[in-house]
Amino acid sequence: MARALINAPAKAARGAVIEIKTLVSHVMETGFRYTQTGEPVARDIVTNFTATYNGEEVFRARLYPAIAANPYLTFHTVATESGTIELKWTGDNGFEATERIRITVE
Amino acid sequence: MRRAAALTAVAVLAVSAAISGEIPLSERRSTYLDMGAETRAMQDGDTDNPGMLWVLDGEALWRTTAGKAAIACAGCHGEAETSMKGVAARYPAFDPTRGTAIDLAGRINICRTERQQAPELKRESRELLALTALIARQSRGMPIISEDERLKPAIEAGRAIFMIRQGQLDLACAQCHDDNRGSRLAGITVPQGHPTGYPLYRLEWQTLGSLQRRLRNCLIGMRAEPYTYGAPEYIALEAYLMWRARGMAMESPAVRP
Amino acid sequence: MSSDGKPDRAATRRDMLKRAGALALGGGTMPALVATAAATPAEMRAAVSSIVGKARVNDGKVKVDIPPLVENGNTVPCAVTVDSPMTPADHVKAIHVFTEKNPQPYVISVALGPRAGLASISTRIRLRDSQTVLAVAEMSDGTFWSGRASVIVTISACLEDVL
Repeated sequence: MARALINAPAKAARGAVIEIKTLVSHVMETGFRYTQTGEPVARDIVTNFTATYNGEEVFRARLYPAIAANPYLTFHTVATESGTIELKWTGDNGFEATERIRITVE
Repeated sequence: MRRAAALTAVAVLAVSAAISGEIPLSERRSTYLDMGAETRAMQDGDTDNPGMLWVLDGEALWRTTAGKAAIACAGCHGEAETSMKGVAARYPAFDPTRGTAIDLAGRINICRTERQQAPELKRESRELLALTALIARQSRGMPIISEDERLKPAIEAGRAIFMIRQGQLDLACAQCHDDNRGSRLAGITVPQGHPTGYPLYRLEWQTLGSLQRRLRNCLIGMRAEPYTYGAPEYIALEAYLMWRARGMAMESPAVRP
Repeated sequence: MSSDGKPDRAATRRDMLKRAGALALGGGTMPALVATAAATPAEMRAAVSSIVGKARVNDGKVKVDIPPLVENGNTVPCAVTVDSPMTPADHVKAIHVFTEKNPQPYVISVALGPRAGLASISTRIRLRDSQTVLAVAEMSDGTFWSGRASVIVTISACLEDVL
């Protein structure tokens, strides 16, 4: 099943600041909801996101229940060299999703 | 009981309500235009639109073999981008074998059971929504077409439901969405209610949902008994609403508050 | 929507502990808030003080962009931008976003650095009610800066039953 939608340039000039837009599929159950019979619905959220550029961490985020379902997160990074940017989400109940994007830097 | 009464009221209401209160064609507008800039941007960008997550799922399902026939959608239809172009814009469609109107989700399930010999996909299930979203996406930007004369009975039945007062609040759909379109209600602009973007990502649901789910919300909001998913009343309503929106551009998968 | 420029002179750790103490004892009067028109609930202040410690939170450099009138509090676009050259010598180390009326005050915390190039993030958040959203930026020189936005949250007219 589709995990994430990523929007990032495939090519960039060396030193340029690029924007990476991410959208990951996740219900982000807050843990503050109740069923009609009064039972609490357990929390189930994405808690962490990291972006690693050729192995070096360039962005990190800690997410809380206040982040909307299907978390959308954009950030910037400097296009230093060609390579792979790895985007990783982890969360409750062992949730894990990884996307890799290639970038060519000239 | 009440449903039968509503449907048999077609003959009386259809004639009298045919012209009164309906929105002139040139005045019709999509709710897209009433949304804030950020919500519109959410719909417009393929990587901003959460509904696209379902379209991606649909692409994977399209290529997955299923059922005793062990065939994928792609096995008969090839690439969805080509074979499904314009299809959703012509639904609900008339099924000559069954002699009734069917919606797109119903058509997908007919393929599942008859061609793939696989079990039906449950209404509002992720799989059925994903396939519906994939097919509907292929009509984006194209005008809604409602010209099949054989759909007339369904359209008239749908119009009757749209016009009749129902529920504890004794409201008819037409009273808000025709007569009070554009007015304000609790900080929101009353929409005309054209189903140009289904299935859509509703911020209220925080997930993708069908027109039937949205109509359920309307009925519950009016304190009326909602129909069960797949009911002929929903198909009739959809047939009427798509006829009412004929010529307007498809937006699927849309984003709405 | 740009942030309000409201000075927050009272936001020293000692003042916050005094207020937290007054609340914990359940008695005594709350000290009057200085120079702010919007009352900031103690929980959000406690969350902020757990991040900034003894340091003073300056107002400025941080812009919080949220539509002033939100169509649905379940999914609200929120962008935070911090004015910084993002050089190794002078950059934003972290941005923390808080709300004052949600069930809990934390929204998101991000770690940045000179490799970011631009201290600008955007996400979609949940807002339970009309309220203020606060963003606090931690700079490489150890100082803290903040910005805020006031948001009105409306909901759609026809809701469905909860599951």
